[in-house]
Amino acid sequence: MRLFATLVVLGFRRWSTYRLATAAGAFTNTVFGLIKASIMVGAIGAAGGELAGYDARTGATYAWLVQALVATVNVFNWSELALRVRDGDIAIDLARPVDPQLAYLAGFVGRAIHQLIPRGGPPLLAGALVTGLALPSTPLPYLLGAVSVVLGVCVSFGVWWLVNLSAFWLVELRGVLTLNVVAMAILSGLAIPVHWFPDWLATLAALTPYPSILQTPVDIVTARVEGTAALGELAVQVAWLAGVLLLGRLVFARGARKLVVQGG
Amino acid sequence: MAECWRPYRVLLGSRMRAQTAYRRSFVSDVLGSVAIGVMEFAEVYIVFANVDVLGELDFAAAALVFALANLGFSLADLLVGHVDTLPVYLREGTLDAFLLRPLPVLAQLVTSDVSLRRLGRIGVAVVVLAVALPLNDIEWTAARVALLVLTPLTAAAIFAGLFVCAAAVQFWLVEGAEVTSAFTYGGSYASAYPASIFSLPMRLLFTFVVPAAFAAYLPVLVLLDLPGPAGTPQWLGWCTPLAAVAVWAVALLGWRAGLRHYTGTGS
Repeated sequence: MRLFATLVVLGFRRWSTYRLATAAGAFTNTVFGLIKASIMVGAIGAAGGELAGYDARTGATYAWLVQALVATVNVFNWSELALRVRDGDIAIDLARPVDPQLAYLAGFVGRAIHQLIPRGGPPLLAGALVTGLALPSTPLPYLLGAVSVVLGVCVSFGVWWLVNLSAFWLVELRGVLTLNVVAMAILSGLAIPVHWFPDWLATLAALTPYPSILQTPVDIVTARVEGTAALGELAVQVAWLAGVLLLGRLVFARGARKLVVQGG
Repeated sequence: MAECWRPYRVLLGSRMRAQTAYRRSFVSDVLGSVAIGVMEFAEVYIVFANVDVLGELDFAAAALVFALANLGFSLADLLVGHVDTLPVYLREGTLDAFLLRPLPVLAQLVTSDVSLRRLGRIGVAVVVLAVALPLNDIEWTAARVALLVLTPLTAAAIFAGLFVCAAAVQFWLVEGAEVTSAFTYGGSYASAYPASIFSLPMRLLFTFVVPAAFAAYLPVLVLLDLPGPAGTPQWLGWCTPLAAVAVWAVALLGWRAGLRHYTGTGS
């Protein structure tokens, strides 16, 4: 546990070094939030002021919240493991007396903690100024929401870990990584809330861990789902987390058995 | 004349051969690019699964806006999208190699790569365009045909210009490179939707500062003979080439200033 905490802190410090890059990312998140909120409010207006339970204000809040969390849950890129498999550095990880999956998860969580405020604050601030935010006034949704965000971050890691493991079998990974980004960007609710999906796509999304990464945390923080329903959603997240992490361990073990690293 | 283009031809030819040498990697890259195009269109599709009209445009018209904007952007991305790797050259000091060669740095950088995988996304845009065009009720005149043909090219020029503007700013930003994504990729995102959904200040920003609305929305207003929203009347649709020229003027001036600002880190 102490080791895990240390690795989380190191993951945090690794990212907190680059302040300008963080500010630049926050700015871009905010501009995309503006565009996304406009699209959502426009669509809600066209639907007569209410669409799948979102009115203009809650719809805009949705757009700002996903933009605030997108860096934390890391939708766009994580290929650290794949690169280490490709250049053979993975041998060093295997020689360490630390479980590789746990160690990388710690780094991923450290990164997430760092990104939460500096990347999440500016879009929310802009949202409060431009469209106003519809946020609950009781503490419970935030408490459950915090748990849900942590679970979302870990599920995202589990999915990225699995995708990265294909490096044991493939040399060029850009196509596979891109496919994962695309699937995550749509099915996590980043582009459009999952509740707007036509039935067939909503079913498809429910069969993947992606909605657990963004849609669920945002639903819980905004108190769209409350009480026992919220606990049910958390349980779904926990189930997906256990699933992807376990599968990740199995695949990693197989890959590591097959791996040949040229020594020198 | 042909002689002075030879180095660029050789450079580009080598890049194309390199990218297609590994067939399976190339195919998976192209599929990834197709998926990006499909994802972007899925967004528009999902919105219209819920509503009939967005920003006074129906699905067919919005698909036309999407297709033209995406075609323009992915063409620009194919040809010059890789200039956003400039910060890497700056950090590693490898830009100095470009400075030593007797060719303009920007031309070298542009021809240093061509991302053939982006043909996938271009393909998606072409398919959407081919389907959306007959679904729209367009009164064809010679001028409108010319505008339709010209639009993807000028849109590509606009986005390519934005990429170069973004690259120029990197000389100062280096670490903060992502700021410019708000205008290049953000511009592309904004251009794929009817600009009429934006608030007036945002619409003016994405029309006259980052001319994303010129890439597709304004020309589509002309094609469908629709009045534009406040601040962006229909006739602006004819001014798309002017917008491209303006972006490139800023881009080239900015690039010159940026390159002069650059000091190598030494070896």
